[in-house]
Amino acid sequence: MRLSKAWIVASKEFKTFSKRKTILYSAFYFEGIVAIGLPFLIRYVSQKTATAAALPILLSAFSFLFVIGASLLPVSIASYSLVGEKVQKSLEPLLATPTTDEEILAGKSIAAFLPAIAINLIGAVIFSSLVDLFTHKTLNYFFFPNWDLVIIVLLLGPLACLLAVGYNVLISSRVNDVRVAQQLGSLILLPFVGIYVLSETRVLELTTSNLLIMAAILAAVDAVVFFLAKATFQRDEILTKWK
Amino acid sequence: MNMIEVQNLTKKFGETTAVDAISFSVAEGEVFGLLGPNGAGKTTTIRMLCCLISKTSGEAQIAGYQVGSGADSLAIRILIGLVPDNIGLYEELSAYENLDYYGKLYECPEDIRKESIEHYLTMMELWEKRDQPISDFSKGMKQKVAIARALIHDPKLLVFDEPTANLDPESARVVKDIIMQLKSEGKTIFLNTHNLSEAQRICDRIGILKTKLLTVNTPEQMEKTVWGSKTVIQVEQVTDQILAAVSEQSPRDMSVDENKIILSLTDPQKENPDFVQAIVAAGGRVQYVTQLNPGLEETYLKVIEETK
Repeated sequence: MRLSKAWIVASKEFKTFSKRKTILYSAFYFEGIVAIGLPFLIRYVSQKTATAAALPILLSAFSFLFVIGASLLPVSIASYSLVGEKVQKSLEPLLATPTTDEEILAGKSIAAFLPAIAINLIGAVIFSSLVDLFTHKTLNYFFFPNWDLVIIVLLLGPLACLLAVGYNVLISSRVNDVRVAQQLGSLILLPFVGIYVLSETRVLELTTSNLLIMAAILAAVDAVVFFLAKATFQRDEILTKWK
Repeated sequence: MNMIEVQNLTKKFGETTAVDAISFSVAEGEVFGLLGPNGAGKTTTIRMLCCLISKTSGEAQIAGYQVGSGADSLAIRILIGLVPDNIGLYEELSAYENLDYYGKLYECPEDIRKESIEHYLTMMELWEKRDQPISDFSKGMKQKVAIARALIHDPKLLVFDEPTANLDPESARVVKDIIMQLKSEGKTIFLNTHNLSEAQRICDRIGILKTKLLTVNTPEQMEKTVWGSKTVIQVEQVTDQILAAVSEQSPRDMSVDENKIILSLTDPQKENPDFVQAIVAAGGRVQYVTQLNPGLEETYLKVIEETK
């Protein structure tokens, strides 16, 4: 696989996003709420009710929202990138170029992965800075950065993002509408939302070791989903079976 | 060397045979048209030749490269410029950006790419509109950009799938003129079409496909083969004496349509004067003597009808 070819495909996607900003807007909403809105809520809560003992558990659980963010952000991008090609019927001329299926798939994945991870990373930096600013008085120390946030943003986040991209490839082979693809693609959030709820209800503790176990499981699931996505993204399948 | 060599090429989708053991060749610089009804396998044939879908069996070569061989697929795709039946341009991007993207995918160096984009957009009279998004373009303009996209890497073989379908007559004419210009430049062209007048005007040879390849020939030769040589003699009034006189000359076949006597002849140039002389001797007044020219449309319909 030639990465230069994948990069050509990804660059074109970036150009498309720059012209169709609505694709990115939906990605910004969630991240904006988590990165900026949530710290202000934490500030309000910590001033009113939260104690120094309860705050770290709350903050650890909130950190997990960046895994949810990482799986949500690529949904709109990947949906548009793949189903958009189907709607515009541009897959046939694209497949007619001397570019392999893997290179096209890699390009599309890069185009969905990089902005999502960049936005998530920026969101995490803003979130942790604001949280530190607002909670330092109560905690008497800076809660962030910590290893859990590093694992969440740099390991679990990218793995969740890859899962969302792979899952969207599978969905894109079955739907012909970008919105439907986005709606179905958003279902990938459910397991992560479930983990978040379990952590908030103290059923599951988001310790460093638990986060690493989750990362290992996610990496295995990613491998399976990407194997399926690669099998789905074959030109024979695309031109004859994709509906 | 032939640009395209196809031997018993077959494509099956499950139990359904879409293309059944077709064989033909296309010489370098030739314009070959593939005619056939909807679902005849024309697009499937193109997709196999362009290495877009796999073949079930048979052999096909493009400029000596083997279709279906993983190693040759990329080389084949560089040789081909495809204009699919769906235009498939990126609506948000400008004409220039669309062509630039494909130029990069076809591995054109930047300077050549820029030169080619300017050349083809100028040729298509779209250079002034190069920065406008494709969504602002009419269907005819989009088709021109799609043709420019297929030419951007200077392919040896151009493949058109229904290039004038759904275009208004004026746009269709422009597209046909562009194809004629490419033909005059010596490009090898493979054309799928429903449009018989287009095929007759553009193609050196045509093949009629209905899952199987029914016939391949030049349009003129195909007419002769299908219909034979027929002479129409129009007289003022057909009488029994005239018919008897004509029968005496032993034509291969004879029929009468109002005041026209239609004759099937082996050598019309030699036999026509004898028939005219016989009719005049029998008291007939000959108004016209013409050669029956049913045209490609009638020929095509007859070939297709014979398969039913």
